Amino acid sequence: MRVIMDYFVNLGRKVIAALEKTGRGHMLFVKMVAGFDEILRRPSLLIRQLFYIGVLSVLLISLSGFFVGMVLGLQGFYTLSQFGAEASLGVMVAASLVRELGPVVTALLFAGRAGSALTAEIGLMKATEQLSGLEMMAVNPVRRVLTPRMFGGIVSMPLLAAMFSMFGVLGGWFVGVGLLGVDDGTYWSQMQGKIDLHEDIYNGVIKSVVFGVVCTWIALFEGFDSTPTSEGLSRATTRTVVHSAFAILGLDFILTAMMFGE
Amino acid sequence: MSVQDETPLVKIRNLHFSRGNKVIFDGVDMDIPRRKVTAIMGPSGTGKTTLLKLIGGQLRPEQGTVEVDGEDIHSLNTKALYKLRMRMGMLFQSGALLTDISVFENVAYPLREHTDLSSSMLRKLVLMKLEAVGLRGARDMMPSELSGGMARRVALARAIALDPMMIMYDEPFTGQDPISMGVLVKLIRSLNDAAHISSIVVSHDVQETLEIADQVFVISNGKVVESGSPNELAVSKLDWTQQFVKGLPDGPVPFHYPADDLNEDLLNS
Amino acid sequence: MTQSRNLEFMVGIFVAAGIVALFFLALQVSNLGTVSAGEGYNVEARFDNIGGIKVKAPVTMAGVKVGQVTGITFDKETFEAVVTLNIDGQYDQIPDDTFAKIFTAGLLGEQYIGLDAGGSDLYLEEGGRLQLTQSALVLEEVIGQFLFSKAQEGAE
Repeated sequence: MRVIMDYFVNLGRKVIAALEKTGRGHMLFVKMVAGFDEILRRPSLLIRQLFYIGVLSVLLISLSGFFVGMVLGLQGFYTLSQFGAEASLGVMVAASLVRELGPVVTALLFAGRAGSALTAEIGLMKATEQLSGLEMMAVNPVRRVLTPRMFGGIVSMPLLAAMFSMFGVLGGWFVGVGLLGVDDGTYWSQMQGKIDLHEDIYNGVIKSVVFGVVCTWIALFEGFDSTPTSEGLSRATTRTVVHSAFAILGLDFILTAMMFGE
Repeated sequence: MSVQDETPLVKIRNLHFSRGNKVIFDGVDMDIPRRKVTAIMGPSGTGKTTLLKLIGGQLRPEQGTVEVDGEDIHSLNTKALYKLRMRMGMLFQSGALLTDISVFENVAYPLREHTDLSSSMLRKLVLMKLEAVGLRGARDMMPSELSGGMARRVALARAIALDPMMIMYDEPFTGQDPISMGVLVKLIRSLNDAAHISSIVVSHDVQETLEIADQVFVISNGKVVESGSPNELAVSKLDWTQQFVKGLPDGPVPFHYPADDLNEDLLNS
Repeated sequence: MTQSRNLEFMVGIFVAAGIVALFFLALQVSNLGTVSAGEGYNVEARFDNIGGIKVKAPVTMAGVKVGQVTGITFDKETFEAVVTLNIDGQYDQIPDDTFAKIFTAGLLGEQYIGLDAGGSDLYLEEGGRLQLTQSALVLEEVIGQFLFSKAQEGAE
């Protein structure tokens, strides 16, 4: 009897803690977005974050995009050539990249590279009392520290995803046309005939904006809400990557169903 | 002026605060006078830092009021609270310097934030504040290049940048070598006397604190145990104060954390 | 100061590169760079059966893409499919007695509309109509006809 009671008490406590955390996360999100005017007043804050979040991710994203595109070119060629449909290689590569792999893989890499760094940075600023220090200097740390990072992430993600897709298409072209002998004109014209600006490209961009919001939000919240110890920080960083990955893949399914569902 | 001098700078009444199940403050009353060095002492874990955060409005009490300069800090709106905080400086244990900007920029930070000074005025002011803590020469260093004592002095220069009415020192002497400790003691005293900045020092370093304090509050178990001048405390009749001031290993605060009888414990295993 | 300029420069490059990538996707990868709906003129063609033709299916002439299908409706009275074709503006000299046929690219490929030029002196214009059409080949019908003709041969 006692064991069962304890079990429910425990469960209840966990659910309440999770709800509280969700609540804190949403409050923080509202506060971060409400600090938007801070960026307009000091664009240099945003530029700094665009450098740390965006510029420093470019090499990773571009290279990964190129390799993913090469793999798609190789795999696609062998599968398609069984049906004599190598001509559709460009379409296959571009459609997979623009619709799915571009936004999703970019977001996953982003969570690993920029997201974990953000969590560690904010968590350390909390642990070393820098955030409290700002507060005591009558500076709002959410507006000053978190908001620029939030928007830095939101702006960077679609740009990075576009680069990923571009390098992917070029990687597919390099393998398909350069190495396997698909006709250059066919590669591009089939692609252009089948990929739709609105349906494929806009939707891909929308996806990456959504992922940008979610990934940066998770990373910043985990850092801001972390226990200021080395163990708490390492857990928070892990949670950032794991939660971001779940959120990206789950949201990708929902968004895909909504966009391409009909 | 005289009326202002008589009203306490910080007035705490019936303060209750707890973290989870742990009661930290259980009805604390305190009047912190103006223009004096007030020390708040007690063993680690008694919530001295928490008290400073309550005074600074970073935490909310469960019950009771904290008035700073006549204003109830927990009933202020954000704008008024930030305005009041501009007149309060706080020196954190770790210094809490922003690690991505230089010493000069750290001290300039609150000035850039809250004033519209021209860049030459700002430079002069920052250099003067750094001169006051003796670190004008270190202005181009990054916080990571500073020793602990230097970081604390830079943080102090930053805390006085806006010429506050009070500074709260959170464990200023912890982990300092004797020289930096001496420097800090001298700085606190001179800032208090020369610039008329009221000081609240939270510490468990008995000797240094008693040396500079005008008034001391001793906290234990969520209550103020005793208060008075350092001399009064030194001859206190209370066993607890005696143990704390002299640093005796055993006394009202036992050496042993509460446990079962040793023999029973050993036999049971 | 130079450090901050450097940083701004890098961010500028980053944003520009991102926008270039977006333009690349829009112009080189998608259909924006080729035929875009809206430019050009629309003509109508009626078919008994359009098979698998979908909106955006290409319209070709002598194998060259000259436009695309922009609308498919069903006429309740004549029981015909009404297909709207958008022809690129540069091809403005297509005779009005042109023959529209539905073809399949390869055995399993997509279906498209092929135009065979007629001999008229009058050209197609906005809102014009292609009178001569040939429906899609539906595999079952073809096989059915084949079997039927074989059966007839056998009877003779």
